[in-house]
Amino acid sequence: MTTTNHLADARSIEPYGYDDLFRFMSMMTGDEKHSEAATSTLDVIWTLYDRVLHVDPLDLDHPNRDRFYLSKGHGPMAFYAVLAAKGFLDPALLPQFATSTSILGHHPDRRRVPGVEISSGSLGQGLALGVGASLAIGLSRRSGRVFVLVGDGELDEGSNHEAIALAGRLGIGRLTAIVIDNDSAYHGWPGGIEARFSVEEWQTAVVDGRDHDAMFEAFTAAHPDRPLAVVARVGRKA
Amino acid sequence: MDTMRDRFNSVAASLLEDDPKTVLVFAVIGHGSLEISDRFGDRVIDVGIREQAMIGVAGGLALEGFKPIVMSYTPFLIERPFEQIKLSLTHQDVNAVLVSVGGSWDAASSGRTHLAPEDVALMSTLPGWTVHVPGHPDEAEAAIWEAHQSGESHYVRLTVDSNRSAHETTHGRIATLRRGSEDAQTILAVGPVADAALDATTGMDATVLYTSVPRPLDARGLTAAVTGTDVVVVEPYLAGTSVSQVAAALSDRPMRIRAVGVTDPEMQHYGSPHELRAAHGLDSEGIRRAIERGITQIAV
Repeated sequence: MTTTNHLADARSIEPYGYDDLFRFMSMMTGDEKHSEAATSTLDVIWTLYDRVLHVDPLDLDHPNRDRFYLSKGHGPMAFYAVLAAKGFLDPALLPQFATSTSILGHHPDRRRVPGVEISSGSLGQGLALGVGASLAIGLSRRSGRVFVLVGDGELDEGSNHEAIALAGRLGIGRLTAIVIDNDSAYHGWPGGIEARFSVEEWQTAVVDGRDHDAMFEAFTAAHPDRPLAVVARVGRKA
Repeated sequence: MDTMRDRFNSVAASLLEDDPKTVLVFAVIGHGSLEISDRFGDRVIDVGIREQAMIGVAGGLALEGFKPIVMSYTPFLIERPFEQIKLSLTHQDVNAVLVSVGGSWDAASSGRTHLAPEDVALMSTLPGWTVHVPGHPDEAEAAIWEAHQSGESHYVRLTVDSNRSAHETTHGRIATLRRGSEDAQTILAVGPVADAALDATTGMDATVLYTSVPRPLDARGLTAAVTGTDVVVVEPYLAGTSVSQVAAALSDRPMRIRAVGVTDPEMQHYGSPHELRAAHGLDSEGIRRAIERGITQIAV
């Protein structure tokens, strides 16, 4: 499963791989109530940073970088572990997780953590931010894409549906929403989560949220002039 | 005379022309009255009737270095998407200019759903926001320019009310409209209730001060201007909203600080804006009665 990030490899700053993520996550304790949220996102975030995103820990503000927004800010241990593995964070910071002097809280803070694009935690904020950022990148004639990770439970927040409808109407081709589906939505999603997006004219795909190759194919599929939603299924409360 | 809203339209068009980082964001309201060149059409974004998305989109634009100006009716700009203002703007450490129309009584005939006298109090709970309550279209125009040029977070509250003339309020400085004796009580009028405050205190020994920027309040100017021991804040929004700012500014001396403002946001009183304002006791007669009674108004 492990592959290499060419950007980090070129600078010889990435000594870590997929197998290190579990060790890194075990270094962060105290937020066990969100351990399911962390493990459910792990493979998606790894696949993005390992094979999809054009990001560089040595040039965090590159105007043409891709943006990753962890809208579902709960359980950021997986996110921090990937950032550490990819050279954005010193792994020595991980054991300080959520202690009084740490930069790593139970929800990520963009003002404090290198590589974190948005501060999140309260569900339902990220998609609209992603719509705005996508529009801005287009206005600036830049090339970055915007990937927003939400949870299937988070989709219950009505703010997401404003953003889903708006992105579909505007045909925002640089925007991808990734829905971690671990059956957390309290009332479920009759017809499938993807139907909520496709009715708004998003391109959609449903993949195994543990299959890195399948996710790579889905995340990099062409979707000109319409946003892309990828539902990553990871099993119930995984 | 043109209105504050007219001025917003002309200033917004100029800002689009002058600054390529300017983006206007609407949720239908306000968009239709704009006359914008097609050249700038892609920097005028109407999200539809989606106010949470309106602020979120503004946050995303700001994250990428743009300077969003977001405009809507007061309750739909400030109250409905308040968490987005808090988290998608302030907590992200990005800035926007929010411009509302309607205030506390403009939509009198529409009733409670279209009125938001609580807006300034709400915005005062968030760090880093400058709140403008202009009392004249000239002040509104200056406020929008200043807000945009600053690159910081500003809330500009436009209303149909206007004082007879604009007052000098550069950088939020408190202006003295009338000077009383050394022991006179001080009336601090905020924005469009200044003329009413002047009329209400005709014949009284009172110093009348004016500000169009209730937050952050010009504490130094207030400290210098107040010479007596009584201050009455006349505010065109929820009564008591600005009292804490006044109390903090004058904490070096024993003072009695009272508020005259909107005390009953649930008041159902259709008709004209003028009639609802009078029902709230914020016309000259109501302000005079409140000052003479000498009791503190508190919103209930």
